[in-house]
Amino acid sequence: MNQDADKILEVKNLQTHFFTDEGTSKAVNGISFSLNKGETLGIVGESGSGKSITSLSLLRLIPSPPGKIAGGSILFKGEDLLTKSEKQMRSIRGNEISMIFQEPMTSLNPVYSAGEQIAEAIRLHQKLGKKEAWDKAVDMLRLVGIPSPEKRAKQEPHELSGGMRQRVMIAMALACHPEVLIADEPTTALDVTIQAQILELIKTLQKDFGTAVILITHDLGVVYETCDRVAVMYAGKIVEYTLAKEIFTNPKHPYTIGLLNSLPRLDMDQEELTTIPGTVPSPYNMPKGCSFAPRCPHAKGICEQAVPDLQAIGPSTEVSCWMFTPQWEKAYDAQEKVGI
Amino acid sequence: MGVPAAEKKVLLKVDQLKQYFPIKGGFFGRTINHVKAVDDITFDIKQGETLSIVGESGCGKSTTGRAILRLDEPTSGSIHFQDRDLLSLGKKEMRRTRKDLQVIFQDPFASLNPRQTIGKILGEALAIQNVVPKENRKSRIEELLGHVGLRPESMERYPHEFSGGQRQRIGIARALAVDPKLIICDEAVSALDVSIQAQVLNLLKSLQRQFDLTFLFISHDLGVVRHISDRVMVMYLGKIVEIADKKSIFEQPQHPYTRALLSAIPVPNPVHERERILLTGDVPSPIDPPNGCRFHTRCPFVQDICKTQLPELKRSAQNHQVACHIVS
Repeated sequence: MNQDADKILEVKNLQTHFFTDEGTSKAVNGISFSLNKGETLGIVGESGSGKSITSLSLLRLIPSPPGKIAGGSILFKGEDLLTKSEKQMRSIRGNEISMIFQEPMTSLNPVYSAGEQIAEAIRLHQKLGKKEAWDKAVDMLRLVGIPSPEKRAKQEPHELSGGMRQRVMIAMALACHPEVLIADEPTTALDVTIQAQILELIKTLQKDFGTAVILITHDLGVVYETCDRVAVMYAGKIVEYTLAKEIFTNPKHPYTIGLLNSLPRLDMDQEELTTIPGTVPSPYNMPKGCSFAPRCPHAKGICEQAVPDLQAIGPSTEVSCWMFTPQWEKAYDAQEKVGI
Repeated sequence: MGVPAAEKKVLLKVDQLKQYFPIKGGFFGRTINHVKAVDDITFDIKQGETLSIVGESGCGKSTTGRAILRLDEPTSGSIHFQDRDLLSLGKKEMRRTRKDLQVIFQDPFASLNPRQTIGKILGEALAIQNVVPKENRKSRIEELLGHVGLRPESMERYPHEFSGGQRQRIGIARALAVDPKLIICDEAVSALDVSIQAQVLNLLKSLQRQFDLTFLFISHDLGVVRHISDRVMVMYLGKIVEIADKKSIFEQPQHPYTRALLSAIPVPNPVHERERILLTGDVPSPIDPPNGCRFHTRCPFVQDICKTQLPELKRSAQNHQVACHIVS
């Protein structure tokens, strides 16, 4: 398999830490994944799992201080982004890798019209005149399905609805035909009927432009319908990394299973939801071993002692859990589990 | 749950409720128009059941909840709670009646005083409604914390020391403090992570069984609604488009909007194949809603009659009402 040729982005052992008065928070604690050309990778997790920090780290947008990328590498087309100068990064951001955020109102400038903002992004990266950039901005707005784009381009963000603002963000992100699009909860603030429109739009544009997408979300339904592969994050680490369809039919990690069980489903009746006991550990006070061990129904002594590695257990599935290692059989049961 | 729905007593009856908010502007700040947030809705809730209101932003679901509590004064209509019209009550009487009508909001942090300990917050609720004699309050608070799965030591702690899910439990304990009959849950679990949300949903269900509570559950999350409801009411632009028991809404939705809404939700199940009805455009402005059926501008099945005549909410089957010209 000639997989490496298709790899556009490869993240190896990425670590992003925050140094605060309370101590060091390892928000992203050694994660590795890769993105192939034209595919969609979902990163899912609950609040505090480190999924958004991962996306910001990829573009080196971590506020510093207090944050810092403490280690690892981010290979984009074979070159490490962490060794680039700030100037080089600026020419990559929005041009080769671009990003859309959850709340478009806070990422759009309220005093410039939608068209001006898209045109600015185009002019920053391409040698185009003002008029040409404006025309291209209007074209982009038409492409993302905004009705009467000539009129809308002249309007300011507050005159647009939530769904339309997100379309403007997508138009801006795709204006320079980036090779990678990072979408951080792009539909979370939107109503479901609008969410369906936006997800459909991202899928179509992805096909047309061949863009690879990293979709960060907490919604497992969205992952199922849009992603090819998925990485499940918990407390700064990837616990399961597999095909999107696989995760719903054949989840491996106890956290993934717990997450799926606690989801109220539209497609089945449940009298009682199965829950994961307890809460996510504090980032300043991580357990010594597997960070999920205190909430895990299967935990043994080994889980509290050492952190399991993310390792392949099938052709396309990687899991970080002691249950899937040869050591598991020999491991002794945990001493009396502390009540949660 | 053994009693059939039809035989249960009606606890709350909302009749032709309208809630218009004036828009001030122009010269001398005159009222130039109205936002018709809730426009003539009629429904009832039976003792011990959970009725959910679903709909997208701006459909009037939260406004309906607020109007029932008279947090906003409704424009017209009537709200009967246990056969008394809430809108005719004086301020004092209304305050007393609020003992029976409690609310849990989406963001528990915003509704808990950050400078008060949990014991103080719950004690205040008990003192205002004077439901428990002073000397018994402490034990009552401990009991309440136990009901929602918190330790008695929590009394001495402040809201910021708790996680989001725990704060929502405190919000629930406060609502329970005064032995209410009806609890309005306004997006009560929407801000919580799935694993925490499941814990809180299970808690709400078990408290309902334990104390024979009635819930009006306002949510945009249809998965959650399917889990918790007995009946579901779908709203669009201030109007009820469909009310039915849970099974009919999810298995035989009739209104085109309900069908589109259900089909828009991504479901992680390969067996659950559905045809997606992709709506075009946005929800129109509630200031100047479309004539005729409010949904006609986005409806894929629109006919001429829909553009001029407002469809009435009609019974289409037992326990199923729908407002659509095409269906009826």
